[in-house]
Amino acid sequence: MRKVLTVLSVLALVSLAGFAQMKYVTVMHGWPGEQAPAFQKIVAAFEEENPDITIIVEVVGRDRPALLATRLAQGNPPDLTPHPWIGTMKQWADAGQIVDLTGLVDTSDINPALVPIGEYDGGLYGLFIFPNVKSLVWYNPKEFSANGYNVPTTWAGLQAVSEQIIAGGGVPWSIGLESGAASGWPGTDWIEDIILRTAGADFYDQWVAHEVPWTDQRIKEAFEVFGDLFANNYVLGGATGALTTNFGDAADPLFLDPPAAYMQKQATFINGFITDHFPNLVAGEDYAIFPLPGINADATPDGSIPLLVSGDVVTVFNNRPEVIKFAQFLTSETASNIWSSELGELSAYVDADPAQFSNPITRQAQEMLLNATVSRFDGSDLMPGEVGAGSFWTGILDYVSGIDLDTVLENIEASAQDAY
Amino acid sequence: MEGKTPRASSQSPKRNVWTRGVNALERSAPGCLLLKVSRANARWLRSVRWNSWAFVAPALVLIGFFLVYPTVMTVIRSFFGRGTTLLGPDVEFVGLTNWKYVFTNEVMLTSLRNNALWAVLFTGCTVGFGLILAVMLDRVKYEKIAKSIIFIPAAISMVGASIIWKFIYAYKPAHLGQIGLLNGIVVAFGGEPLGWLIERPWINNLCLIVVGVWIWTGFCMIIFSAAYKNIPKALLEAARIDGATEWRVFRNVILPLLGPTAGVVATTMVVQVLKVFDIVYVMTNGNYSTEVIANRMYKEMFNFNNYGRASAIAVVLLILIVPFMIVNIRRFVSQEGAR
Repeated sequence: MRKVLTVLSVLALVSLAGFAQMKYVTVMHGWPGEQAPAFQKIVAAFEEENPDITIIVEVVGRDRPALLATRLAQGNPPDLTPHPWIGTMKQWADAGQIVDLTGLVDTSDINPALVPIGEYDGGLYGLFIFPNVKSLVWYNPKEFSANGYNVPTTWAGLQAVSEQIIAGGGVPWSIGLESGAASGWPGTDWIEDIILRTAGADFYDQWVAHEVPWTDQRIKEAFEVFGDLFANNYVLGGATGALTTNFGDAADPLFLDPPAAYMQKQATFINGFITDHFPNLVAGEDYAIFPLPGINADATPDGSIPLLVSGDVVTVFNNRPEVIKFAQFLTSETASNIWSSELGELSAYVDADPAQFSNPITRQAQEMLLNATVSRFDGSDLMPGEVGAGSFWTGILDYVSGIDLDTVLENIEASAQDAY
Repeated sequence: MEGKTPRASSQSPKRNVWTRGVNALERSAPGCLLLKVSRANARWLRSVRWNSWAFVAPALVLIGFFLVYPTVMTVIRSFFGRGTTLLGPDVEFVGLTNWKYVFTNEVMLTSLRNNALWAVLFTGCTVGFGLILAVMLDRVKYEKIAKSIIFIPAAISMVGASIIWKFIYAYKPAHLGQIGLLNGIVVAFGGEPLGWLIERPWINNLCLIVVGVWIWTGFCMIIFSAAYKNIPKALLEAARIDGATEWRVFRNVILPLLGPTAGVVATTMVVQVLKVFDIVYVMTNGNYSTEVIANRMYKEMFNFNNYGRASAIAVVLLILIVPFMIVNIRRFVSQEGAR
């Protein structure tokens, strides 16, 4: 018995010593679908370079804000998490729950235009890694050329194409607003793009910071532009179709035979969903993008089309050397290249060369990202959770299902007054 | 214990660890000082009363710590403001603001209305269907199979059932194929497909209640069936021989005898329905006027980080449930007393 005990205790000590050598970094991310394997490849690449560090990945779904809130309250948050919620990041920074990365991480690998998005109150709290361009309209080029539709470059041109499609017996737009607990967020992207194009970027900044009330005339007009799509019967299935279609399925009607719709506005990440549902489609030939045209020419100082971007920033909760190392790795060229090549997504890497992307859509979007003179980060992610992930989303759903616009805007305004 | 005449219960000493402990204490030096204060105290310490409390103490401690303490802290927290900590320097006292919000905010009023709708329809349907099914299935040969099939939904998680029904209610525009069962049937009969979960305010709520009834009817049926089988067959035979129709037998013999069971089942169902969350969260997340109190509490707490409001909502839920718990406990106590 004694012998067995000694052997067991020696084994335990040895394995403890072994564990003591191994360092662990816990990561929580919210990409349960097509993006998870790509992230695993990045993790594998890091572990190859650093054999003494093991990354433990937790994949969660749309409930991640709730999970993070409980873990923080318990005092054991994951070591780091990539996320798009800048507004929540600011609240975490105020509460002192995240690490100020100034001086700890070298940001020279990140596109300088994107670095400030992670900065707040003099500190660096988020490292921008995986950008998304949102102002894109996806379409089927084969169907467009077969029917003689021209890719529009102005808003009037867009309306004309929509009328042409209706005259040909089709339906122009496919919109998908459903997203489980997050339903409504694609509609918020529409409103943000429209506000950038009608009222300009300065008004956009004021709106996001709640320096103008939600009942402002310009916000009301932006909502009405979105509502006109439904009023003119431009949307597949009308309001019911938009409200019940999941955002990931909204591109599918474009590729049916015959197509049930011809255009969909969505960010770059929908590329992964399209190839997942239709593996035989070729980027650039079977599906392509054009930027959502401007509405008011004087919304931007140089008349260019404003760009709505979003993306994920890496926020660190626990300051340990191996955690910082992994955070630094996520900004590196290796990580960006894996993400871009696996998913056809954009790169935040400062020297990203659009020509190196094999996917023509990614090339086009990357060029837009590098060349845009006016670009803004997704508004609902910048707002506090009560509005940006709450009343704004439900406001979109209420407006689309027919509730009076003034009532909707007053409700959002009421919650904004509590939240800001 | 044989041969000893039993004394009055409050004074019979029990030979257990407590009394032995008290005896030992009494004999020891410090114990003499403590207990010599009063012989009556020592007698009380050895009495049944003290022994009963001592045995129940561990359970009381656990309940106090895990149930009473959180409840009290929640009530206190509901008078404070937003924040994600229990009480602390960042949390300010706001008095009745959260309570005013709970009873005047439009979304909260909608939730209260919806919970009332759920309480009436869900309880009525589950108890009613459960009762009818229990009585009718008793008379057929395939009783066991039918009961198993009806009970199976109770074994699925509420989330799983909600996802199944979400597909049943799915909508596609009329000219594309329907993938939802309900719209498929509607279209097959020549109708227009409907967005079942977005038609407010009654259709979508009814659709959600149907899911709840589907899950819980089997449970009620099983309980009613057990109670029904306990009714002496002789009573029913006698009623039939006396010339009562089946309906009279049901109304005047079966129903009164199943009354107590119905009471228990109904209160259980009401308590279930007042905290309904999974079904609403998964299917509509409270959008389109389907909001319920529990979902509101979840949102306020985790999405909006407002623990003050969430606490107020939680206390409202508690207050709503208390009357039904009192009824249940009263019945339980009277049943115990009748034995």
